[in-house]
Amino acid sequence: MTSQKLDALVDGVCRGESALIAETLGRVEDTRPEALPQQRTLLGRLENETVPEHGVVGLTGPPGVGKSTLAAALIRHWVDEGLSVGMVAVDPTSRRSGGALLGDRARLRPKPDERVFIRSMATHDQLGGLAPATRAAVVVLRAAFNWTLVETVGVGQSEVDVETVADSVVLVLQPGSGDTLQFMKAGILEIPDVLVVNKWDLGALAQSTRADLESILSIAPGSRPEWSPPVLGVSAQTGEGVAKLAAALREHRSYLEGSKELSRRRCTSRVAWAMELFSLRYGTYGLERLGGPEATRSLATEISGTALDVFSELATRAGLPA
Amino acid sequence: MADRPWIFRTYSGHTSAAASNRLYRTNLASGQTGLSIAFDLPTQTGYDADHSLARGEVGKVGVPIGSIEDMQTLLDEIPLQHMNTSMTINATAAWLLALYIALAERTGVERKALQGTTQNDLTKEYLSRGTYIFPPEASLRLTTDIIEYSVDEVPKWNPINICSYHLQEVGATPVQELAFALANAISVLDAIEVPKEKLPYVFGRISFFCNSGVRFIEEMCKMRAFTRMWDQIGRERYGVDDPALRRFRYGVQVNSLGLTEVQPENNIPRIIFSTLGATASKNARARSIQLPAWNEALGLPRPWDQQWALRIQQILAYETDLLEYPDLFEGSTVIEQKVAELEAGAWEEIQRILDMGGAVAAVESGYMKRALVESNAARLAAIEAHERIWVGVNRYQESEPSPLTRDGAGGVLLHDSRAQREQIERLQAHRIRRDASEVKAALRALHDGVSNGQNVMPLSIRCAHAGVTTGEWANTLREIFGEYRAPTGVESPLQLRSGDETVAEVRRRVAEISGRLGRRIKILIGKPGLDGHSSGAEQIAIFARDSGLEVVYEGIRLTPEEIVNSAQQEGVHLIGLSILSGSHLELVPAILERISVPLIVGGIIPEEDAEKLRAQGVSAVYTPRDYDIHRVIREMVEIAARAHGVD
Ligand code: B12
Ligand SMILES: Nc1nc2c(ncn2[C@@H]2O[C@H](COP(=O)(O)OP(=O)(O)O)[C@@H](O)[C@H]2O)c(=O)[nH]1
Ligand SMILES: [Mg+2]
Repeated sequence: MTSQKLDALVDGVCRGESALIAETLGRVEDTRPEALPQQRTLLGRLENETVPEHGVVGLTGPPGVGKSTLAAALIRHWVDEGLSVGMVAVDPTSRRSGGALLGDRARLRPKPDERVFIRSMATHDQLGGLAPATRAAVVVLRAAFNWTLVETVGVGQSEVDVETVADSVVLVLQPGSGDTLQFMKAGILEIPDVLVVNKWDLGALAQSTRADLESILSIAPGSRPEWSPPVLGVSAQTGEGVAKLAAALREHRSYLEGSKELSRRRCTSRVAWAMELFSLRYGTYGLERLGGPEATRSLATEISGTALDVFSELATRAGLPA
Repeated sequence: MADRPWIFRTYSGHTSAAASNRLYRTNLASGQTGLSIAFDLPTQTGYDADHSLARGEVGKVGVPIGSIEDMQTLLDEIPLQHMNTSMTINATAAWLLALYIALAERTGVERKALQGTTQNDLTKEYLSRGTYIFPPEASLRLTTDIIEYSVDEVPKWNPINICSYHLQEVGATPVQELAFALANAISVLDAIEVPKEKLPYVFGRISFFCNSGVRFIEEMCKMRAFTRMWDQIGRERYGVDDPALRRFRYGVQVNSLGLTEVQPENNIPRIIFSTLGATASKNARARSIQLPAWNEALGLPRPWDQQWALRIQQILAYETDLLEYPDLFEGSTVIEQKVAELEAGAWEEIQRILDMGGAVAAVESGYMKRALVESNAARLAAIEAHERIWVGVNRYQESEPSPLTRDGAGGVLLHDSRAQREQIERLQAHRIRRDASEVKAALRALHDGVSNGQNVMPLSIRCAHAGVTTGEWANTLREIFGEYRAPTGVESPLQLRSGDETVAEVRRRVAEISGRLGRRIKILIGKPGLDGHSSGAEQIAIFARDSGLEVVYEGIRLTPEEIVNSAQQEGVHLIGLSILSGSHLELVPAILERISVPLIVGGIIPEEDAEKLRAQGVSAVYTPRDYDIHRVIREMVEIAARAHGVD
């Protein structure tokens, strides 16, 4: 890639130009090893150019609770406020065929004349509810849009990866799903910054679900004492409560910016990404060369630059090709 | 005594109200005994002829009705008091019925004398037919408004025709057809608010529109099962004591899904066998029948094609001895066993749906749509694997040249390209002529009244008299209810042709090309325009995923701009469009000129048009003769590979 091309892509992304964002995403999704160097440059430049106020919100929760519908409602709300939105929607890959049906877009139905950009992705072999290129795509979209949304596949229990990609995590549940207990057991309730009981239009059942959640949270408060996660009743279908959710996200954003939490999260996310790349490429063998997973992780925390820079540095230190 | 023949209908309408009026009068003169009106898609989905979404669709698959003036032209010199008029109209049913009533009032015919049917069944629109506008709850409210109004005001009218026809057309099994239609009827009846003593009468006004396929023994058993189950529902659930009110009254259009593009003359025997399913058993015989034409899969029928279909009915009714006997199957244990089996399966499925909260809930959750898409996929997989024989398509493909399709234009009705322009001119002239202040007042009354829970019918009749247009009426309700997107049903992870070497081979090739591209081949399946034929798109999407592709599918009714936007944002390697409404020559160029991704098109595309499309840059065109879908996918993969230089 020539440096002119690079400039054009970076400028285009930052200006929010669809065609160039799409092209950039295509480049960062490329899994061929020879694509890595240009990805490193591209993502490094984009990280540097990103306006710090741009936020990333993760939507997680079991399938069918209404994450996509809620995303559509949030997008509508933000667009009406004059804000721009990017989104990564993740769907599962069929293990048998390797194919995937990327269906979230059907609920989102963005209008071509709005500043909304949606990219659907499939999980491939990756666990944790994200697609392999989600993290890179988030860097691209965050450079372009006021808000970036990430909808994970609704696997339920193991979806903890979303906290390493989003600044604010919204756990979406539905009335009477009976999942709350399971979530508590799996420690998932410690992750979200905001909890949503969606399908609020269903009435009494929704209210009792919220009450259940609130009592569980009061016993086991979130890991961060300065922020206690609100539990909101929302109907993605009627729009009730969507403004409150947007306000809660705004507030969480201010909290992040006013504390060290934002930079801590971005650092966790960079390390998680670098570790993911490193173990994907070099496996246990690579990790052992750096003294095991824990040692590698703390080493990674000390290295500066983007996740891809961290990855290269780890590789170099392990004496492996970067 | 010999049974009276059923009502003979031909489903028709095209170009303009005037042209359709001529057609109806000819048909009535040649012995047809009722009208069955086909409306164009803008009229069905509530758009005026000059709306951007109506582009290419005005007067194409039916007649455009924009206001009371068009209705007047359509029925000119047809005596409404003697006519039995069936209108295939759903989301805008209240409006078209209002126009019909207003016209009757204008011409001095009493409402109480009007006879006919508004289809008015929205559940099957979400599941199959696709011309819905509003969310399910709002639709149900409009449906029940029409019923509640007509039982008093237009007592001979069938205010709703619960449809199982369209379910079979998307692949429903006989049990699904029974269960989904009856669960749907229950959801409507449960929602109706009338005094308790009136309910039996309302029950008796509910009629059905069913399908009958080529497996005519089973189909006849299905019709008998319908009859018995409806009787039981009436007795047990709604306390209807009068057996006459519990009678299962139904019309039929025979199966069209099984009619083929190749060797189209074979469709005539298919149509005849299918008709037997709905006529053979006297106790479960259809009240009215409309038959498709031999050229069903080629395009719209011409008058001669429709005449042939009508003659089939006349020969069956008047030349054969069918109508001279009482029920032929009473007492047959073989038949009884089959009927019982279908009933048992259907009761079980109905219970499942009721446990989910009824038909509306089972639509919203996507349950019913998924089940239908799965049945259709199973059907197509069996055809592809030659487990199910389809004469002329996957067996006995060799054929002498057919004299039927030899002479020019492929043997179908050609669309009048002036239709849209002329309709827009008429509409605009009408808008100038009418009293603007009365239009405004009528629309305001509609808006306020419907918002406050008043019955939509009187408000709509006032709008009709005032000269309100179809688009204005629908937009007013859109403001109140919002618009809806139904579930697409394609998410379910299906197992198609497991262990098959062809499939394994496609998947290998997909993996190989994807490796060279640096990411999985990703495609977008798009449905531009108002066309609601979703099955082709759904099945291509499912088979593509089964072949290892990543597939973006957003459902029906997208503008070319939306499709281009999605394709670009998603970074797809190929776009596949599915168009069956005949608007490909308008819609495809609108997409081609906006994006440089390789593009293929499938649907009802005559060969002359396919050539034009290829000349414009379309990479390939597929039609119903391409039954081996995995092979089609394999070709798509090669097209994508070539276009991206990795073949
Ligand atoms: C089933 C059917 C319906 C169903 C549709 C249900 C649904 N959700 O899809 C119902 C009963 C609802 C219906 C309704 C109508 N229908 Co219809 N219908 C048919 C019928 C009988 C079969 C279509 C079908 O589903 N085939 C099965 C699927 C799997 O096949 P397919 O779509 O052809 O796809 C294959 C290929 O074409 C190709 N392909 C298709 N798309 C794509 C896309 C890609 C990317 C690729 C690679 C390949 C590909 O591959 C597929 C596999 O072989 C056809 C006639 C016929 N026999 O073909 C008429 C037909 C298409 N209908 C027609 C009409 C007019 C209507 C109505 C508009 C009537 C009216 N006035 O109200 C309505 C309204 C529908 C609407 N909302 O738009 C006309 C269209 C006329 C024209 N083009 O000139 C036809 C041709 C019948 C006729 N002769 O009148 N219909
Ligand atoms: N009643 C109700 N249904 C909803 C609401 N939000 C979503 N749904 C329905 O829940 C189902 C799943 O929604 P979807 O957004 O696809 O869920 P996801 O799998 O979590 O992305 C769909 O049938 C939606 O129509 C809501 O607020 N109220
Ligand atoms: Mg979703």
